[in-house]
Amino acid sequence: MTHQKEKIGKQVVLPLSKAVEISVKSIKTRLGRSMITASGIVLAIAFLMSIFMSGSINKALLEKGSAEVRVQLQNIGGEEQVKQIWLVVLSLLVCVVGIANAMLMSVTERYKEIGTMKCLGALDRFVIKLFLLESGFMGLFGSIAGALLGGFLITIVSSINYGLEVITKFPIVGFLYYFVIAVILGTVLSIVGAIYPAYTAARMVPADAMRSEI
Amino acid sequence: MAEENVVRTRGVKKVFIMGNVALEALKGINLEIKRGEYISIMGPSGSGKSTLFNMIGGLDKPTEGKVYIDEVDVAQLDAYELAWLRCRKIGYIFQTFNLIPVMTALENVTLPMTFAGISTDESIDKGVRLLTMVGLGDRIQHKPIELSGGQQQRVAVARALANDPAIVLADEPTGNLDLKTGKEIIDLLRKMNKEKEVTIISATHDLKMLDVSDRVFWIRDGKVERVERRADLDLNIGTVEGE
Ligand SMILES: Nc1ncnc2c1ncn2[C@@H]1O[C@H](COP(=O)(O)OP(=O)(O)OP(=O)(O)O)[C@@H](O)[C@H]1O
Ligand SMILES: [Mg+2]
Repeated sequence: MTHQKEKIGKQVVLPLSKAVEISVKSIKTRLGRSMITASGIVLAIAFLMSIFMSGSINKALLEKGSAEVRVQLQNIGGEEQVKQIWLVVLSLLVCVVGIANAMLMSVTERYKEIGTMKCLGALDRFVIKLFLLESGFMGLFGSIAGALLGGFLITIVSSINYGLEVITKFPIVGFLYYFVIAVILGTVLSIVGAIYPAYTAARMVPADAMRSEI
Repeated sequence: MAEENVVRTRGVKKVFIMGNVALEALKGINLEIKRGEYISIMGPSGSGKSTLFNMIGGLDKPTEGKVYIDEVDVAQLDAYELAWLRCRKIGYIFQTFNLIPVMTALENVTLPMTFAGISTDESIDKGVRLLTMVGLGDRIQHKPIELSGGQQQRVAVARALANDPAIVLADEPTGNLDLKTGKEIIDLLRKMNKEKEVTIISATHDLKMLDVSDRVFWIRDGKVERVERRADLDLNIGTVEGE
């Protein structure tokens, strides 16, 4: 076999299925680290979900609950809610910053790996794709866990306050609705948090990436 | 055919600026490498071997001068063409192996084929064949940490050959290996060079490399000090060892 003088081409690819496979593998291999990163999302989304669901449960009880519970509920002011929204926004912000921080660290840790990928022919956008997918998956799993956790905890707390009616009148449609919103929000925020780190990783000159001694 | 230059550099300079200090790592390198040659780049630490490796491999840009791969000026390539060049035309081997730690030996070897758009089945077939060829047929599912240094470097050799590159660039491929393992890697590179007619360009401190090289470029202080053919070398090695 001899090498012909071959014209320089342009086509390099990373199919989405492969990118997904690589990013999931990366999360699994660093499971401990991934779980710590994801725990920020779990907590923030659990908090968000508990606020959503507490409203939803109260509404269900106001509509369908016993007279006793309704009186109890009517005494709660609306002022409380404004404060809670503010707290949710704050916790989500903290969560995005946490993700950005964790992903930046993960980029620094993987300079060599990124440089190697570029030597093997990875385009900048392959690197971005891999990091965003990785963060997106952590966000997805983290928010699913967080939404379940938050929904579960607020149901327990409400049951303690208002009795077992909470379970029998449980707003299942409301739960599903807020579950989907919380999971989408958590995933999107995780991806947003990873944009800057992914971009930093992708821009690196391979020679510099390979030099770093980590 | 044998007269084609697969790599040619013209007045390649590289200046690193660190704060106020400018360090000229390469001071005008001119070299021509023919298709199918086995080239060693020798020189003391800090002489600019790795810097030259990066210039030839399209991993960094020269401050001045030109690098031609197959008579194409690398500086003229856009990001896609450069990625294609790294993927298909050049295979890289590093002193520190640089396998992707989360992937198995086989996945490491198939990754460049994935980038090249080769189907999964085909790349697995070829990956297994390449790993068998470097003597790791029974280790394809092992992660890098589960392999010895020599075995990791074999995986790296297989990976470098994945897309049948015209050139394999190696930066001190035996630098982290013991004598015997280093010899095995050198023999492997030589075998690839003979069988597949891959041009091998290897920066090294390793005198064992001299035996197999067609030509040796001696680099000192960012300049090519002298170029020797193997015929001339045999005489000189006696004196190197006799010193
Ligand atoms: N990115 C960089 N920034 C600043 N200086 C650099 C950089 N890369 C290389 N140098 C300097 O350029 C010179 C040549 O370095 P290079 O790594 O090419 O040497 P080398 O011949 O490969 O040495 P070794 O055998 O130790 O690997 C050295 O003085 C080094 O400090
Ligand atoms: Mg070096």
